[in-house]
Amino acid sequence: MKGSDSLVERNQNIDLLRFATAGSVDDGKSTLIGRLLYDSKSIFEDQLDLIKTFSKTHRNQDIDYSLVTDGLKSEREQGITIDVAYRFFSTPKRRFIITDTPGHEQYTRNMATGASNASLALILIDARNGVVTQTKRHSFISSLLGIRNFVVAVNKMDLVDYSEEVFENIVSEYNAFSDKLSDESIYYIPISALKGDNVIERSANMPWFQGSPLLDYLENVNISGGRNLTDFRFPVQYVNWGGDDFRGYCGTISSGVIHKGEKVRVLPSGKTSEISKIVTYDGDLDYAFAPMAVTLCLEDDIDISRGDMIAKVDDLPVIAGSLEANVVWMDSAPMEIGKDYLIKHTTSTVKGNFSEVLHEFDPEDISMKPSEFLRLNEIGKVKVELKTPIFADIYSENKITGSFIVIDPHTNQTAAAGMITKYNQVSPDKACKAVKTKVIRYPGDKREEAQANYDRLSMQGTHCIYVDDDLLLETLCKGIPVDSEQYSDTIEDLCKIVTKSGVSVVLCSDHLSS
Amino acid sequence: MTIKEESYRLSNLKTLEAESISIIREVAAEFENPVMLYSVGKDSSVMAHLAIKAFYPKKVPFPLLHIDTGYKFPEMYAFRDYYTKMHNLDLKVHRNEEALKKGISPLSVGTVKCCAELKTKALLDALKEGGYDAAFGGARRDEEKSRAKERIYSFRDKHGQWNPKDQKPELWNLFNSKIDPGESIRVFPLSNWTELDIWTYIYHEKIEIVPLYFAKKRPVIEKYGQLIPVYTDEHEEETKEVMCRFRTLGCHYCTGAVRSEADTLPKIIEEMMVARHSERITRIIDQDQDSSMEQKKKEGYF
Repeated sequence: MKGSDSLVERNQNIDLLRFATAGSVDDGKSTLIGRLLYDSKSIFEDQLDLIKTFSKTHRNQDIDYSLVTDGLKSEREQGITIDVAYRFFSTPKRRFIITDTPGHEQYTRNMATGASNASLALILIDARNGVVTQTKRHSFISSLLGIRNFVVAVNKMDLVDYSEEVFENIVSEYNAFSDKLSDESIYYIPISALKGDNVIERSANMPWFQGSPLLDYLENVNISGGRNLTDFRFPVQYVNWGGDDFRGYCGTISSGVIHKGEKVRVLPSGKTSEISKIVTYDGDLDYAFAPMAVTLCLEDDIDISRGDMIAKVDDLPVIAGSLEANVVWMDSAPMEIGKDYLIKHTTSTVKGNFSEVLHEFDPEDISMKPSEFLRLNEIGKVKVELKTPIFADIYSENKITGSFIVIDPHTNQTAAAGMITKYNQVSPDKACKAVKTKVIRYPGDKREEAQANYDRLSMQGTHCIYVDDDLLLETLCKGIPVDSEQYSDTIEDLCKIVTKSGVSVVLCSDHLSS
Repeated sequence: MTIKEESYRLSNLKTLEAESISIIREVAAEFENPVMLYSVGKDSSVMAHLAIKAFYPKKVPFPLLHIDTGYKFPEMYAFRDYYTKMHNLDLKVHRNEEALKKGISPLSVGTVKCCAELKTKALLDALKEGGYDAAFGGARRDEEKSRAKERIYSFRDKHGQWNPKDQKPELWNLFNSKIDPGESIRVFPLSNWTELDIWTYIYHEKIEIVPLYFAKKRPVIEKYGQLIPVYTDEHEEETKEVMCRFRTLGCHYCTGAVRSEADTLPKIIEEMMVARHSERITRIIDQDQDSSMEQKKKEGYF
């Protein structure tokens, strides 16, 4: 009893490491994963029996480890991996989810898929071939998607006589390339997945290598970054209301921490309120943090719908009307400049189009080259114009509020994945399509209130101007008596001109025409 | 890890829970007419529990659908009715009555045909009749090889079929929910759970499951190396009392029990940790064709 209780506890409390594997065709990824699963006893006997039978009849060998991950029939027939496969194994120290991604160039999009949810990239290099285009492409995609922990495993060392020189040459070759990536931490390791060298056990064939074997490294590596605990962002996913008193906003905390009683602001309305309750099935909470899925209740009755964003009053995402983003094109139909696509960002889906490709990346050396548009598997920096603003952050600061997918509205295909690098606040002509302009009038003695409202509106991204009698008398109405018709007409004309351009007016005066 | 990260740490199970709840809510928000497939098994219990959590304190806003082959264990029917009533869940049951009238069973037509009629066809008919545009299933990627490659949102054409070579890329937690009329998706909120996660979660959350999962002395006959429970006097000579339990639940013709002393959750978990057979081995249907699951999935089966 005691023994199994602690087993239960252990599975409850160990952490989870998601890593993506990458490399070129025949680098031996599937064999390596097969071996990790086999040696950590994660393959069940009946599955193993099937694999052994197949290995003997079709491959003429005792056990072909790659069959463990090559799940689909067509893959087994062709002997290649064609889609992302998710594999699970655990050791007493960690639970692992491996995203095994294919090495063919035409499946680069799957590499990006795998990397988007991984915190470590395991990059395989065939010792006989050294660093090849796919190695660079996959490393670049992993880096672009924000992975900062790399393991570079030089495989098939048995086929190069376990030569230290071969290994060192590949290390310097990769280092020269990776200098151009972001600031990754890289662990180099010489292995033979087939023979088991440096996978679980230290290799007796490579006494010159002093580092830990692969599994030992994966169990102990400290994964840094990834989670933003500073900026609270809560995209409203589902409004839970059934006609009675309860109204809750369901969602998953994208980043940051929220406490009961804290002041929040809701975008796009800009209205503020306080968190009255953080509701979960297991009881109300005093605080919650990313990536918890909770239901928030507010003190005030505010009109909130799916796609709105709840953040703290003093720490807001940008209301972005246009973006610059790194985009991985994933559709066989190439990007069309100016065409309306659907942009899904957090819980909101808006229309948007690509106005320009700023440059395309050449993954060979991460240089930039000009490009008119992007095709399948091409990566570039683009400008995106949005028809409705989104509430965004920069990807490097916030993976969830900084990422989006692009959907082709005609084919429903997921055409691209984007990572925001820069944004522009909503421009007035955009705002005037999305937001109805208004003139908010205050009596002359409510100047403070009027100014506060103006601040609030500006902060939420509403384009507006502030006008009061002092300002008018200094400028437009210089020398005009405040009680005159001319004075009140000037104010009205001003409001007309300004609202026409999509800008609201906060007006504080007692001298208005009735 | 900084002190801040340490104090806001979410355990493996709570991380999986949050991810699943998020998926369930997203589907409820984006689809017009979702339904949750409910097989009465332990994974279904977990999935239903997550749905209850997702919409607490309100009722789960979509129905549960049981594709009933008519050959489930009596304990399963009793549990299904008890569980759904207790949690105020809207239960719908669909059977291929026509096939049942014709007397289709594994004994009369074999397991492949029987499954095709009573499971796959019944499921496709039920989804069509209900006009459901999204159906949750409790499948996990660790269960079986072809499932390891399935997306969380799995697209089905107008005939409910899956094309493994044309799956949409799925990045971050952004799911593409755009489909044309007549098309539908299958959603797998438990994709990233393992069998061990399911059991430890059931234990921690005190989720009720069908008593057949717990070891007990049961009358069985031994067939194809499996223990088949006996509910009638038919095979009296061969019947023996064996301490056994079920690792998965299906139809009584095709689901075998395993010898086990595990009559509590911790004992089941302990048994699991040393288990050398994957759970589906007690399902006869997986072994009747090479790549049988992949084939069934292409045809529309979950």
